[in-house]
Amino acid sequence: MTAYLLRRTLQALLVMLIVSVIVFILLHALPGGLVRAQLGPKASTFQVLQLERTEGLLKPLPVQFGIWLLHVVQGNLGFSYKLNQPVGQLLAHYLPRTLLLVGIASALNIAVAVPMGIWQGFRRNRIDDHLLSGSMLVLYAMPDFLLGVIFIILLSLDVPLFPSTATSFGSGLSTDAAVLVLPILTLMWGNISYYSRYMRSAVIDNLLEDYVRTAYAIGNSPRRVLMRHVLRNSMGSTMTMLGLTLPYIFSGALIVEELFNFPGIGLLFWNSSQTRDYPVLLGVVLVVTASVVAGSLLADIGYAVIDPRVRYVRS
Amino acid sequence: MSAAERGGARDTRALDVVRPVEDIGLIPEAGLPGGAARLPAKRLEVLTRVARQNRLAIAGLVVIVGLVLFSFVGPLIYQTNQTSANLLLANQPPSAAHILGTSPEGRDELGQLMVGGQGTLEVGFAVAILATAFGMAWGAVAGYVGGIVDAIMMRTVDAVLAIPFLFFVVLLASILTPSLPIIVLAITAASWLSTARLVRGEVLSLRTRDYVSASRSFGSRHRWIIVRHLAPNVLGVVAVNGTLKMADAILTYAAVAFLGLSVPPPATSWGDMLTAGINNLFNNYWWQLWPPAIAIVLVVLAVNVVGDGLHDMVERRLERR
Repeated sequence: MTAYLLRRTLQALLVMLIVSVIVFILLHALPGGLVRAQLGPKASTFQVLQLERTEGLLKPLPVQFGIWLLHVVQGNLGFSYKLNQPVGQLLAHYLPRTLLLVGIASALNIAVAVPMGIWQGFRRNRIDDHLLSGSMLVLYAMPDFLLGVIFIILLSLDVPLFPSTATSFGSGLSTDAAVLVLPILTLMWGNISYYSRYMRSAVIDNLLEDYVRTAYAIGNSPRRVLMRHVLRNSMGSTMTMLGLTLPYIFSGALIVEELFNFPGIGLLFWNSSQTRDYPVLLGVVLVVTASVVAGSLLADIGYAVIDPRVRYVRS
Repeated sequence: MSAAERGGARDTRALDVVRPVEDIGLIPEAGLPGGAARLPAKRLEVLTRVARQNRLAIAGLVVIVGLVLFSFVGPLIYQTNQTSANLLLANQPPSAAHILGTSPEGRDELGQLMVGGQGTLEVGFAVAILATAFGMAWGAVAGYVGGIVDAIMMRTVDAVLAIPFLFFVVLLASILTPSLPIIVLAITAASWLSTARLVRGEVLSLRTRDYVSASRSFGSRHRWIIVRHLAPNVLGVVAVNGTLKMADAILTYAAVAFLGLSVPPPATSWGDMLTAGINNLFNNYWWQLWPPAIAIVLVVLAVNVVGDGLHDMVERRLERR
């Protein structure tokens, strides 16, 4: 188990290193360079040179990368001139809100998709299975913001249950709860088809296994076979899917935050893209990717805890 | 190429040709020379059987063809002014003059739906082609060369895949000035990764197959092995992946439009129209919201259903290999 953990963690660190190289390259691919991006097109040559010197942009690129990486590891992600705040501070303020949104939506996803997948796998090719598969496909085919709009129309305009904007998030527990309902519903139903589909096929595969026949043969009820044996063996693929789909869910969070004006890291990112605030944009990409990598690492570790076979594969 | 080599190559080909006849109907590129002339009845039979088994896929294909005709031939029949804005006609409900009402700029919605369909379908198609080609090349090289090259190439794929694709696309679009080619490239940059993984996996498993080792031991060159043995077997899986890629690209393009990073008007897409409809949500201009919404869902559904049908066909072929 320790060896597996170590290998998987090293892999995650390697991925993060490559991501930081990509972000660093993008930082230097900015039109006119980072300095021009900060000072604007009207800056004098002298100002540019001065800032280049103080920011260490005259050093060789690998040295710059080393210094930049060291700063990033220390939590120094640069300074946003547009918002007049260190990027690290901005991220620390907005990231937890997005993590809350993504975390609740993912937990609800699993809570709904797993029973639904079991049901569909059990009732394979019956009418209710087809209906559920069909609705999942329609949900998948909808852009996330369209789904959000439908929720707004149904639950905010037609029946005024929940507010259609989440701008007031952060002003108290009861407001936060009410305000979060529609964003979470949107994020959840927009991504559920990934899990239910996999759960269904995992259950179908497992139902054909010998151990299921044996379990029936020794007199277990279908309920017990499904809940005790098939559920456990099918959960693995869903856990892996959770890790693999995290980037999609964060992408969905960007859309949902923009639609509902939810003040999370996605909205920060979007606002910064409108003002071309590059230190914030790159900082957000780095931190969001780090969350994704950490999330899939956790999912894989969870999988290894559930299923001992995983720990020995490819060792 | 020496005579011995050529002879060896011909031998493998002769071996390879021994395959179930049904296959010939399914994959044209693997057909015998003159196979079409010799087996028309068989091929027709196969096609009808495939069509029967994939009624849904055929329906999807019909919908796609319908939407393509609607978008590209429609404007020739239903002519509207889609270049200049006319604010006197803004936000009009459906009437005899404007069957689906007008947009916030006073353009005819039905006509705009056709023009927007062109943009949407073109982007979806372009991204699917580009991402598939690039991902296939990347994955094939990584899988075929192996070793440290493979490790570096695939870790890069892992890294880019870990960046949430919309963040990546928005970042690229804000570094570069959005125009249609830039948007296509940005979506492609986030779309080729799964293809690369898929192709690498296929190549890795194929290169150890008996018939590939046999061909190699006959003295076939790398190029021959890739073109004759690997490519035809990978293509089926890649075609399925590319089809689904088109659906995802259309969804991503809609999301990019919603985030305000689309091409400037009068160029438009279904995503842009849908966004305009959402901005007028509280005015109850339903004719601006639902037509583009239904168009997007319809095309994504149709492409997915066709992709699933293709998948079943390829799967059945692979099971026999």
